Amino acid sequence: MAEGGPGVDGSAAVMVNSMTKSYGSTVAVAGIDLRIEYGQVFALLGPNGAGKTTTVEILEGYRRRDGGEVSVLGLDPGRQGAALKPRIGIVLQSTGVDRYLTVAETVAMYSSYYPHPRPVDEVIELVGLAEKRTSRVVKLSGGQQRRLDVAIALAGDPDLLFLDEPTTGFDPSARREAWQVVKNLASLGKTVLLTTHYMDEAQYLADRVAVIAAGRIVAEGTPAAIAGRDTIRPRLRYRPPAGATPPAELTGPPNTDGWIEVVPEDLTTALHQLTGWAIEHGVALDDLQILRPSLEEVYLQLTGDAAPVEVTS
Amino acid sequence: MRAATMTLNQVRYVDKAFWRNPASAFFTFAFPLMFLVIFTALLGNGDIVVAGRQISLSTYYVAGMASFAVITACYNNIAISLTFQRDLGVLKRTHGTPLPAGVYLTARVIHALLVSVLLVAITVAFGAVLYDADVPQGATLLRFLVVLAVGAASFCALGFAVTAVIPNADAAAPIVNATILPLLFLSGIFIPIGDNAPAWLVWIARVFPVKHFADGIAAGFIGTPLNWTDVLVVGAWGAAGLLLAVRYFSWEPRT
Repeated sequence: MAEGGPGVDGSAAVMVNSMTKSYGSTVAVAGIDLRIEYGQVFALLGPNGAGKTTTVEILEGYRRRDGGEVSVLGLDPGRQGAALKPRIGIVLQSTGVDRYLTVAETVAMYSSYYPHPRPVDEVIELVGLAEKRTSRVVKLSGGQQRRLDVAIALAGDPDLLFLDEPTTGFDPSARREAWQVVKNLASLGKTVLLTTHYMDEAQYLADRVAVIAAGRIVAEGTPAAIAGRDTIRPRLRYRPPAGATPPAELTGPPNTDGWIEVVPEDLTTALHQLTGWAIEHGVALDDLQILRPSLEEVYLQLTGDAAPVEVTS
Repeated sequence: MRAATMTLNQVRYVDKAFWRNPASAFFTFAFPLMFLVIFTALLGNGDIVVAGRQISLSTYYVAGMASFAVITACYNNIAISLTFQRDLGVLKRTHGTPLPAGVYLTARVIHALLVSVLLVAITVAFGAVLYDADVPQGATLLRFLVVLAVGAASFCALGFAVTAVIPNADAAAPIVNATILPLLFLSGIFIPIGDNAPAWLVWIARVFPVKHFADGIAAGFIGTPLNWTDVLVVGAWGAAGLLLAVRYFSWEPRT
């Protein structure tokens, strides 16, 4: 994790306390707390309509909160927007740019709005659009336009970047490219708050993850440990050949595909016992897996959408 | 001072984008000249009495098309292009940067003003060469430029204001045309309003800014004294538009 240096008096880049927001009678954010340290890549994970965008847009200064305390880089986005704007970069979920300017002109234009911009060429290089410098925006692919969005957000050399669903609608290669850009940002020591509904994105990019559902934070932690992922006992899953009888303590009713799944007291002992039995009886255990709950399983459980998913280790 | 630099800098980018957009650049410039040729060819023979002076109909149309050009460049262009930019999220993005809203919008006004001056110059030159129309000179030219500046700024302000009632980009052109076309006809931009025009029609035209602006512009071509009331009425509409825009202008898509 890149460290951007802690805030003075131990403050964090983003501190949110009991924040609420309703639209009419619809509660979008029902009292959430967040703390994002300087230099951290923080992912806000949740299904559509969970309150991700509302939360982020309050922090960016686009929306006013109804209640609670919010501090972004030590400033209140509701009242100190003018002081905050030069220090943040925003990639909105869907935004356009003037289609008739070139990539370089667009970045240069947005740079000119900031007191201490980053050199235009450097920004373009950073998002991998160097060979598109002189192309008009209208000629860029979707993935390239998204990278231009990131370039614009970086133009002012912000301390904090907001990325609202930066890869939604991307094909796999465009997503990989976008991820690389975010990794580059992290290596610059920027604090990044990204929202996403892709588990793999959060897992790959984020230092910390918060899962938001129905306007509340339902879990928060590192991607590896969130919601006890690291402490839950792993499952042992295997498929014995037809007719074989595994040790009684390691067996159970097989599912329709013949898989047997057990949660052993001690994994090492169980593995030893199972493989020992297989060798002894000349049984080939071609299908053997050790499973921990995937981030996706944890997420689905937390967001109350516990549809069965195909599990891979 | 920084605001002034930022504004001029922004005008440069607005200008670049304007000229590269074939639709906006071409139609803004082509329409007034096309109409000038058509109206003069169809109706341009003979004279007309305006403000007690007999002038050629071609001069009348040069003045009319100059007004039309300014209204298109300011009211129509600003309202339609800002609605598109609003729906595309360009305005929202800009609103998230430190660029002051006033700088962004002022740059649009200055750009529209520059385009207006260029359009009027082209229309006048075109009219002078092809139709022997009179060209404003000396003190008349100065007064003419004042009318032009007040009119352009006011129609820009009204363009900002009307975006508040335009729900989305698809509706932009229809709403803009629905609000301006009837007034252009009622105000004698396309067809001279004779003395026997119905009184109600004349009164409607008098309430709205188009006729006052057109009369002010025409005064420059005909050489009649400028009626400053016309300038005041146009300016008042502009101020009202500005107030409405400040109150109701939206930086985000309305849906």
